[in-house]
Amino acid sequence: MHETALIAEVLKTVQQSALENNLPKVTNIKLAIGKLSMALPEALIFAFQVLKKGTVCEDAELEIEPKEIVLQCLDCTREFRPQDYHFSCPFCTGSQIKIIQGRELHIISFEGEENEHGSDCGSTPVKSQ
Amino acid sequence: MEVIVAQPLLKANEELARQNRNLLNRRGITTVNLISAPGAGKTTLLENTIGALKNMFSIGVVEGDIYTTFDSERLAGQGVAVVQINTYGGCHLDAQMVAQALERLPLDKLKLLFIENVGNLVCPAEFDLGENYKVAILSVSEGSDKPKKYPLVFQESEAVVLNKIDLLPYTDFDLAAAKEQLKEIKNNLVMFPLSAKTGEGMEAWVEWLKDKVSQTEKLSVTG
Repeated sequence: MHETALIAEVLKTVQQSALENNLPKVTNIKLAIGKLSMALPEALIFAFQVLKKGTVCEDAELEIEPKEIVLQCLDCTREFRPQDYHFSCPFCTGSQIKIIQGRELHIISFEGEENEHGSDCGSTPVKSQ
Repeated sequence: MEVIVAQPLLKANEELARQNRNLLNRRGITTVNLISAPGAGKTTLLENTIGALKNMFSIGVVEGDIYTTFDSERLAGQGVAVVQINTYGGCHLDAQMVAQALERLPLDKLKLLFIENVGNLVCPAEFDLGENYKVAILSVSEGSDKPKKYPLVFQESEAVVLNKIDLLPYTDFDLAAAKEQLKEIKNNLVMFPLSAKTGEGMEAWVEWLKDKVSQTEKLSVTG
């Protein structure tokens, strides 16, 4: 349900960074989304299709890299992947765990096309086809 | 050209949550973020919890609701400081909203602050508000399969209130199975089966809150 808010944040960050890097057109955005996060990839893509219109990301593709849940047992320090949300340690049955991976809601990177006039910042950006 | 961003999407929220947490910790206030599905009984639980604690220390409430002020009106009747946040469609509270609410509370007087989140088991789990503890409320009428359906909120919580146990005889809710599921998600989760309506089981929950308040007090004295 909060996917729209997340995508708005993605667009804000990418637009800002694209401006700083003098990239008038963004072609691809990569996100890391943990399996333990409550963000649905389908809803993220839908929100992206709606919100990107009229921005430098208008023609960009959204790529989502799912991240499996990896936990670390704080008793025996071993790492494991929980089965069926069984979060206690399968090696020593310890219950104090740390989430190593799976909680991600990150922007990894984005790709953009540079202005055809190179660093000629003052000119009107050339619209690429 | 590829630009590496490597930035959490909730970075802005995390920063504001950290500021809220610093402010509340400096004041020695214990903050509890209550999260549940709609209708799990958050407001009734709060009313009766406040009733049991308000003579011991000063309590504040940040009341999140999509449109109405029904809940804050109920709680204001308890004689505690209540600030309403209407999210107008938003499905969760964020740290920015809570920061604004904190400006309207008498923080120098408060010992315990409850944040009643918007009724929702999904989104509130992702948004740190600056609280000391998240407490999830799961009610008997929702069914005992909810922990596995919404693991993140239970994994993030310090304690779970299993509310409406007065309804157990009339439902197929399996209390033992629900507890087992919760333990699988987080083995050291503290659980309080209770009925906010009849008062059964409330003592343990109230004692737990009293303990947390005195822990915070000790920390702020030694700190």
